[in-house]
Amino acid sequence: MKKSKWSLLLTLVLVLSMFLAACSGGEKKETGEKKGGNEGDKTEKPAEPQVLNILDGEEIPSMDSSQATDSVSFEVMNNVMEGLYRLDKDNKPTPGVALEHKTNEDGTVYTFTLNPEAKWSDGSKVTANDFVYSWRKALHPDTLSEYAYIMGPVKNANAIQTDGDPLFGKVEELGVKAVDESTLEVTLEAPAPYFLGLTGFATFYPQKEEFVKAQGDKYALEANTLLYNGPFVLNEWKHNEGWQYKKNDNYWDKDAVKLDEINVKIVKDVATSVNLYETGQTDITGLSMEYVDQYKDHEDLYTRGEATVFFLRLNQNSKNSDALKNANIRKAIDMAYDKQSMVDVLLNNGSTPAYYLVPGEFTPGPDGEDFRKTNGNFGGYDLEKAKELWAAGLKELGKETVELELLNYDSDGAKKMGEFFKNQLEKNLPGIKVSIKAQPFKQKLELESKGEYDFSYAGWGPDYQDPMTFLDMFVTDGAHNQMGYSNPDYDKLINDAKKEMDQEKRWEMMLEAEKVLFEDQAISPLYQRGVTGLQKPYVKDLAHHLFGADVSYKWAYIEGKQ
Amino acid sequence: MLRYITKRVFAMFLTLLIIATITFFLMKLLPGSPFNNQEKLTESQRYALNEKYGLNDPVPVQYINYLGKLAQGDLGYTFQFDGRTVNSMIANGMGPSATVGFEALVFGTLVGLILGIAAALKHNSFIDYGAMVMAVFGIAIPSFVFAGLLQYYVGVKLGWLPVAFWNGPEYHIMPAFSLSVGVIATVARFMRTEMLEILGTDYILMARSKGISKQAVIIKHCVRNSMIPIITILGPMAIGLITGSLVIENIFAIPGIGEQFVKSINLNDYPVIMGTTLFYSFLIIVIILVVDILYGIIDPRIRVAGGKS
Repeated sequence: MKKSKWSLLLTLVLVLSMFLAACSGGEKKETGEKKGGNEGDKTEKPAEPQVLNILDGEEIPSMDSSQATDSVSFEVMNNVMEGLYRLDKDNKPTPGVALEHKTNEDGTVYTFTLNPEAKWSDGSKVTANDFVYSWRKALHPDTLSEYAYIMGPVKNANAIQTDGDPLFGKVEELGVKAVDESTLEVTLEAPAPYFLGLTGFATFYPQKEEFVKAQGDKYALEANTLLYNGPFVLNEWKHNEGWQYKKNDNYWDKDAVKLDEINVKIVKDVATSVNLYETGQTDITGLSMEYVDQYKDHEDLYTRGEATVFFLRLNQNSKNSDALKNANIRKAIDMAYDKQSMVDVLLNNGSTPAYYLVPGEFTPGPDGEDFRKTNGNFGGYDLEKAKELWAAGLKELGKETVELELLNYDSDGAKKMGEFFKNQLEKNLPGIKVSIKAQPFKQKLELESKGEYDFSYAGWGPDYQDPMTFLDMFVTDGAHNQMGYSNPDYDKLINDAKKEMDQEKRWEMMLEAEKVLFEDQAISPLYQRGVTGLQKPYVKDLAHHLFGADVSYKWAYIEGKQ
Repeated sequence: MLRYITKRVFAMFLTLLIIATITFFLMKLLPGSPFNNQEKLTESQRYALNEKYGLNDPVPVQYINYLGKLAQGDLGYTFQFDGRTVNSMIANGMGPSATVGFEALVFGTLVGLILGIAAALKHNSFIDYGAMVMAVFGIAIPSFVFAGLLQYYVGVKLGWLPVAFWNGPEYHIMPAFSLSVGVIATVARFMRTEMLEILGTDYILMARSKGISKQAVIIKHCVRNSMIPIITILGPMAIGLITGSLVIENIFAIPGIGEQFVKSINLNDYPVIMGTTLFYSFLIIVIILVVDILYGIIDPRIRVAGGKS
């Protein structure tokens, strides 16, 4: 009897000690690491170790520049690859592979001279042919990329992508030509002042044909089946775990690159990221709404505006109700809810209320003035006026009550937003009844494109740095209109602006177009998104961008970590 | 026995075929497309892309094409990651997922057995109540809550264990332990109930009266007989660990396959939906088969092929 008791106890102790032994093992290791760090400090090297540790939320979906569609891929590529130009710290195009460029008189032909020092990571030169090959590849029906439409401004790009067009698949008709090894000539459909910035976008990166063909199916699937021509190379890529950048010694501008190593780990859970930040294992973490209050007064907190605008689509083609065809009704809805408190209370992350479509701090015009500043705000929270317009609208409709359905995302944040909106409208507009339909992202997009909704919570981010990326969404029957908005004046302004050679006139037309859109109250803008997070003070000079890739590490460095 | 196993394997493939068929047609009912950039594609681009991936074909044709490839063991390419096959995604993600799950199952079962046996032997004592209170907590607290608490207190506050990632043995402890809590609780409760019942049976009394030591009786008769229900619940519990690991993998940043099981559905990533569903179905069917075979070893009375002859 006694024996059994002891054997039992013994087993328990054994199991426990296994667990504890493992615990103390972990502890030892950590202090060991800390010591290592201190020793490095004592040697008093003039420069600190230039190592940045960060997290990312996703595995890299693609490293093939002609296939990439998402922000993670764009960001990684922006740091290991380079197009003709790249965006600098102030989001202005700065030479990349191109040394300089010339344009013809009407701005439709760009001639780029390539930098003879621009090299691939195998030491060979980046040539004009590498661009021609890569651009044609992106548009070819066999590789047809989901982001190929971004090449739209280049001559014949749209026709090549359109099944049934005589030019369909004829990539050799694309407006790009290698004049010689280091001269590239690009012909555009129409002048596009934003084209230079666009050449920094992933789809426009070069690819070395010889290498790509030699790799075949394996191209860009692993760190070593890819050639790099950017400030860094991918030294290691462990799928689903993380990746590591190392400084690229073959980079033409390597003297400007200060970081030697960037370690990226994949972490999907915000709580985990925050815990890793607290233990010093990452230098940067994003914060979700619920953490913002907790870290509100933390010295490492940052908030940053993005160029993504969220708005309500007001569907004039709804089968359910024709109320939104009425301009007074649309205006009343826009004025009947308080955007400022929506942003302050529900988002609380650096987002700002939007009274516009084209985001602020996004594009300066030919006069240097921000588009947003020139055009100002449209509408705003005005209860009295909202009620007046609402009554007028109902009278015109001959109705006393209106029932509308809000199509919403199914995330927690969006659900709160939907409830707020419903509550405010039902409180402020007598006779309105709002129901909410929350759908997973893809399903929501599908319902939207079929027009099966009354109003929907939608967002749009820029593809290139120009107001047109927002404005041409709402031309009559445009692919992304999806709400039956149509105004011939608006269509004319947009179409004319696309052809206009004079930059100042073009800018005027776009300013005017936005005004028309809001005279019609085609949409009800909600907010311009901001992001918030924590960043260690020793991380310096990260360059954040408003479209394409989010970050450049080219100029970043570590100072004052020890 | 061999005939029985052959029969079961055959039935297994039939089951998988039925699962594949139902999943395929249900999946095609999902609105939306698998393209990552859906919201910015125009009609003609979308048509061209659908054409490229054979998504313009009628659904039955797509189904036949899929089965044809499946028969050759080819699960297709994912839409999420460029050029990556579903086979390689499962192969890469399976290791960490299976490791955490297996560790949790083994650790949980062992601790659960010890707690259950101790509670039964010391019926109505402090040990009994203590073990059962722990079991109630173990069942009531979801593994991800436990994981979050562990990560914060043990990882951040005390700094004893790494907060996350998947680099060495010490990285396994918190995830495996969080997952095993439910297992410990379930096994302990089952074992206690079963042991108490068996301790009161006549054959135990008889064995004792024959003069066999209490220790031998407990190990040879009590524990062995109590194991039958434990083995029964091991199957469903292993399945529970698979779904539980989905959240645990996220919290501890483990590069497993669990996440894809749900994510692929939200993204309409058809080949991955099919691949993970079939893979998990296969696992579950195999586990059930193994459990059935184990019965025979533990208790000759339930020998499966016996009834036939």
